[in-house]
Amino acid sequence: MLDVSVSYNRYKFLGHEFLTWLWFAIENEQTGLEKTPQEGTTLHIGNRLVLENRNGTRSESITIQGDDAGLEEAVLALKKGAVVTELNLFYKAGEAEWRFTIKAESLHLTSLKCPTTGSAASQEELEGAILEKAYLYGQVFSLVDNLFRQFIGLRVSEKWSRKTVPQMKLWIQGQAS
Amino acid sequence: MGLLSATTSLARYKVYGKIAKPVLDTVAGGLKGHAIPETDENVSDTVVGWTSFETPFTPRFDGSSFVVGDYLVFSLRMDKKNIPSRTIKKHCAVEEAKRMAESGRPFLSRLEKKAIREHVTNVLSLRIPPTPYVYDVIWNHEEASVWFFSTLKSANEALESLFLKSFKIPLVRLFSYTMADLVMGLSDRERDILKDLSATKFSE
Repeated sequence: MLDVSVSYNRYKFLGHEFLTWLWFAIENEQTGLEKTPQEGTTLHIGNRLVLENRNGTRSESITIQGDDAGLEEAVLALKKGAVVTELNLFYKAGEAEWRFTIKAESLHLTSLKCPTTGSAASQEELEGAILEKAYLYGQVFSLVDNLFRQFIGLRVSEKWSRKTVPQMKLWIQGQAS
Repeated sequence: MGLLSATTSLARYKVYGKIAKPVLDTVAGGLKGHAIPETDENVSDTVVGWTSFETPFTPRFDGSSFVVGDYLVFSLRMDKKNIPSRTIKKHCAVEEAKRMAESGRPFLSRLEKKAIREHVTNVLSLRIPPTPYVYDVIWNHEEASVWFFSTLKSANEALESLFLKSFKIPLVRLFSYTMADLVMGLSDRERDILKDLSATKFSE
């Protein structure tokens, strides 16, 4: 395995590409969730999207925030060569809802809000509350892992440059025009 | 912003290696051996150690108290002495004036000033109680994964270092490359391709 700090910097772009692809996949119903047998499983872009455009030594950050914010500026930034650095998502499975932000470089999950759980008063209830929360966190990780697995599978295949990238470029051009 | 909070932030790790058996005894030994010391008389800026999830201000790792279902649940505590810089500045100024009056000189050398600053910081460190910061940890031994409930760089670095010291196995942060390399089940050929990847340009 490569040195962790070296690989963190060397492959930062993978995180940016993952979030850019994820945005594209959500908009174009290519996340695979559409085929999930469980009814009512959906994934949407949430209320925050951050992009960064690096030109040599200059760096420009674009933040789109708000529940009803349009993403036109974000697409325009993509067209100019920006990359997605943070993406807020809204995930729904049946009645349960999760909101969270994925950071591109670290894959940290921040502002993670799980479905509401009961409070714990006794020792037994505390253990139950921990297990319930762990299950709910596990659901999000499972989702992120599945999405990342799809992305990385594409990324190391010929399909990425042959099919996915041209589709994404068309999407960016189409959205920005 | 911990495990049971309504909103939280998380970093994920892969446990890279095998822990000595019997696992629960090794974990209990590591937790007890590196539990946060319960004293405010430490001069260090920061003291780091394990504590129990349920009682973070009185660490207890009796029996299998840290085992919840398939998970090992405990917390990392960082006790930090935050001395405001203005407080240090004020005490240094008083001490410097006193020293100059005693010596009859109108100035102090740079070395003397440095020594005064160190002395003042040490004295204040003993007087000011540390502020505890608690970060929860969930370790799934079977899956060799750790969830850490903080994305702060200092807290994550403290976790990585204390984990290695306590259990003699390293944690590997899961970011895009390590996730692809260690978790996604890529074939050897795909991992070779992964190593040689370079950034895609989506703009024309």
